[in-house]
Amino acid sequence: MSERVKSTKNPPAGEAPKAAPEGAPDGAGGKGAGRKGASSKRAGAKDASAKSTGPQGAVKAAKASAALPALGILGMLRWAWTQLTSMRTALFLLLLLAVAAVPGSLFPQRPANPSIVTQYIKDHPDYGKLLDSVQLYDVYSSAWFSAIYILLFISLIGCVVPRAIAHYRAMRSQPPRTPQRLSRLPEYGTLVLPAEAGVPASDAIEDAAALLKKRGYRVDVRHDDGARPSLGAERGLLKEVGNLVFHTSLIGVLVSVAIGGLFGYSGQRILVEGDTFVNTLVGYDQFTPGTNFQSSQLQPYSIQLNKFRATFDRESKGKYGQPIDFTADVTTKENPGAPAKKEVLKVNDPLTLGGTSIYLTGNGYAPVVTVRDGKGNIAMQGPVVAKLQGDNYYSSLVIKVPDAKPDQLGFAGFFLPTAFVTDQGISFSGDPDLINPQLSLNSYYGDLGLDNGAPQNVFELDVKGLTPLNARNLATKGITLSPGKTVTLPDGKGSISFDGVKRYVGVDIHHNPGQVSALIFALLAVGGLVISLYVNRRRVWVRTGRHEDGRTMVEYGLLARGEDHRLAGEAAAIRGLLSSAWDLDADGPQKPSSISSPAGSAEPKKDS
Amino acid sequence: MFPINETMGQYSELFMLLAAGTYTVAFIAFAWDLAKSSKALRTVDLRAAAAAGSASDSSEDASDAGAKVPVAAGAAGTAGLSGRADAGRNTDRVEGHLAGPAGRAERPSSSVAAKAQGSGGAGQTADASMLYGGERRVPARVAVALTVLGGAIHAAGVLTRAIGSGRVPWGNMYEFLTTGAFLVVAVFLAVLIRRDLRFLGTFVVGLVIIMLVAASVAFWTPVGHLVPALQSYWLVIHVSIAVLSSALFTLTFAMSALQLVQSHRQKAIAGGGEDKLGFMRLVPSALSLENLSYRINAIAFIGWTFTLMFGAIWAEKAWGRFWGWDTKEVWTFVIWVVYAGYLHARATRGWTGTRAAWLSIVGYLCVVFNFTIVNQFFNGLHSYSGL
Ligand code: HEM
Repeated sequence: MSERVKSTKNPPAGEAPKAAPEGAPDGAGGKGAGRKGASSKRAGAKDASAKSTGPQGAVKAAKASAALPALGILGMLRWAWTQLTSMRTALFLLLLLAVAAVPGSLFPQRPANPSIVTQYIKDHPDYGKLLDSVQLYDVYSSAWFSAIYILLFISLIGCVVPRAIAHYRAMRSQPPRTPQRLSRLPEYGTLVLPAEAGVPASDAIEDAAALLKKRGYRVDVRHDDGARPSLGAERGLLKEVGNLVFHTSLIGVLVSVAIGGLFGYSGQRILVEGDTFVNTLVGYDQFTPGTNFQSSQLQPYSIQLNKFRATFDRESKGKYGQPIDFTADVTTKENPGAPAKKEVLKVNDPLTLGGTSIYLTGNGYAPVVTVRDGKGNIAMQGPVVAKLQGDNYYSSLVIKVPDAKPDQLGFAGFFLPTAFVTDQGISFSGDPDLINPQLSLNSYYGDLGLDNGAPQNVFELDVKGLTPLNARNLATKGITLSPGKTVTLPDGKGSISFDGVKRYVGVDIHHNPGQVSALIFALLAVGGLVISLYVNRRRVWVRTGRHEDGRTMVEYGLLARGEDHRLAGEAAAIRGLLSSAWDLDADGPQKPSSISSPAGSAEPKKDS
Repeated sequence: MFPINETMGQYSELFMLLAAGTYTVAFIAFAWDLAKSSKALRTVDLRAAAAAGSASDSSEDASDAGAKVPVAAGAAGTAGLSGRADAGRNTDRVEGHLAGPAGRAERPSSSVAAKAQGSGGAGQTADASMLYGGERRVPARVAVALTVLGGAIHAAGVLTRAIGSGRVPWGNMYEFLTTGAFLVVAVFLAVLIRRDLRFLGTFVVGLVIIMLVAASVAFWTPVGHLVPALQSYWLVIHVSIAVLSSALFTLTFAMSALQLVQSHRQKAIAGGGEDKLGFMRLVPSALSLENLSYRINAIAFIGWTFTLMFGAIWAEKAWGRFWGWDTKEVWTFVIWVVYAGYLHARATRGWTGTRAAWLSIVGYLCVVFNFTIVNQFFNGLHSYSGL
């Protein structure tokens, strides 16, 4: 506070090293740009009024502005902007962002799994809906989460732009003026050149300048009138550049992610051995377009799954049967007319085709069945994808046969690659490989409800409108099938045969145009971060003067901007360099000592 | 793929147990060191106080915080000359740091500031620069030697585990914990070469013992191959950096916790209270703890940034999207943001010192939560805990 009052008396307020305590031109409070910018702006405003009306007028003006909250719209906006771009707000928003991200891990999220959310709302009738109304199932696209990060990034821009401008100026200007009392700097020391060395003050300062330049400092020598020459030197301007690059790159990452959301797309497809996927909208089982997606973006490449191989652990006792390798052999074509290419698709090793990446994300068994209807015709034949339910590929299976005549048929049950049955009649799968494959099904007949056009989940059979034919609790019992076997349905409704087992894979297909730039910005951010944390911004001032007895006195002081635990080391290094340049004993009697300054007087005659 | 060697796995478990046992003895030695030193220091204090009492004029300085608890041993020497001249500024600095630093330029531990701290932290014995002092602390030496021994056995355990499973030893919770605990010890010992952080010994070794016990009791998993989802060189890169950063965060957690205690104690002493926590004299001042933990946190934060990024790259390779707000990703992000907040706090007036220490502690609690609760109780794509 007191500095500011003083600074109204010393016109060049913004940069008067005199006014700052500890001789810190701007180190003392200058770390947060928002903070510093704000305070110097305020100081500047006061200066202006001080100049026009004198000190008393300034006080009056200050009183007036304090009494009158009517800042006007513009004033309000400016105030709000200053608040928003302050370091404190940034910190607050950061912490708020951390807190706001947490609920997304506590509640099921729609984008990840919509059906779990639906189930969750059903299971919690008391508050499930309420949570939905505050977007707790869509945390990361919710209004409140977006508000926090958008505010944070506005604050970031408001922080970075003025800092960048200020830093650009700093880089083009000379190192700051030599403070009056170097002894007040955090690192201070003196050296004495004996009279017989015959180095005048001006030569000594040039020597020091050359040394510091070699050490990477920008140096400005101030000969002034020659009696007490001094120099100001600075290095580590890259630190601030690093900080700016880091923060700017964060904006870049965010923009890249947004671009991906706008123009990207993703989808899933299940492929049974022998199936071919063609990259068109109808080719997908599930498709999630970005906001600006156009179907013309899709390049009609194709992938055929030839064979899928899974390897399971047969060595370790503790992890027996755990999967250790999944490999899909596929044939790809860039375009319908392009030559076929054999490729291998593995977990952690996607294929790239037509601007998309194709990932192996799941696999399972697809029993091949033949269903004959009541008239003896084949109503359905082929592999049916069994959905994983439990350990060792314990999978559920639904077969819908709308073409069966006279009645449509439906089957629901389980597929077990290695079937075991407990004494209680509970079956489980004992191994992931096909050692004793078994289908156990209930069967139904009636109207499957497929004809009214409403989409149905292929993995679920709605048995409400159906009449059971085979079921565990009926006299007919459930159907149990092993490969090659056929079971005839009761009442002459037909039969079902288990012909064999194929494997299927689930593939995810993604196109994300923002990905590469997100990576580039992320790398830039890390680079900037490392530079910002490990480059030290330091200032060195040296002043020399000639004692009456002919000795040349040298004093130097160092100041770091920001955190710098190696400042003492730098001071020692510079001292060592100067000493060896002048053939002095570095640890001589003039160890960085007390308040005494060369040439007798602590106050140089001339400073301003 | 290398074959599994179960015998090696059993050796590994034996080594882990031996290591835990050795650490336990080391822990006791560290605790003994604290107790013994604090007793010795108190005697010195009492004698000094008696001497000061007979010297009539010393009571004039009653207002000076430094005089209330006579500064004993090592620091007295350094504080000596500059102490008087700086006294005014020092009290100022203690308060200033509790309410936010009076001047940022002074925060870095440059020699002037360090000198001043010697006398500023009332009732301080430990050197602010955390360099080794002259006096021999036998129990502390024994403790460090035991920690080195434990670390060597522990290293053998990690190594045999790696050989037994034929891959890097960080593929499930058991392995994260045992390897992570080893890294905590290794980092601690590495820092010990340059700095006297032996006051952290009980804390660090205690945490390591907890980690090893938790690994063996709650998360035990036999040696085995990796599931396909984890078979990637990204496992080597991403997880090793994550574990290393977590080890660093463990150290700073210990230091931040001590910092809170120390700053509480310093405030109590400065306010004329009694020094109830004598053993804390072995611990450097709150400000030097804060400075060192900031430096370590900065390294760990860079590591965590890499963890996050490499995780995203791996997720892109494995699942086709680099970010999907999976539970594990959420928490990794939360941790990153909390520590970013910590770095900001250190540059925000009013948020340095105690508040920053709390942020560092909260960040570490998030790390622990992410590792234990999230791995076990949340289902996500990262459900690889191996349980
Ligand atoms: C997207 C949110 C943000 C993140 C993740 C973030 C992260 C960080 C990190 C990690 C640092 C320490 C490394 C360094 O010094 O470069 C830092 C420093 C800094 N940030 Fe941010 N920041 C964010 C937003 C902001 C905003 C909005 C402001 C402006 C009000 C700001 C101003 C600063 C300043 C001035 C520093 C330098 C502090 C110092 O010198 O120690 N940051 N930021």
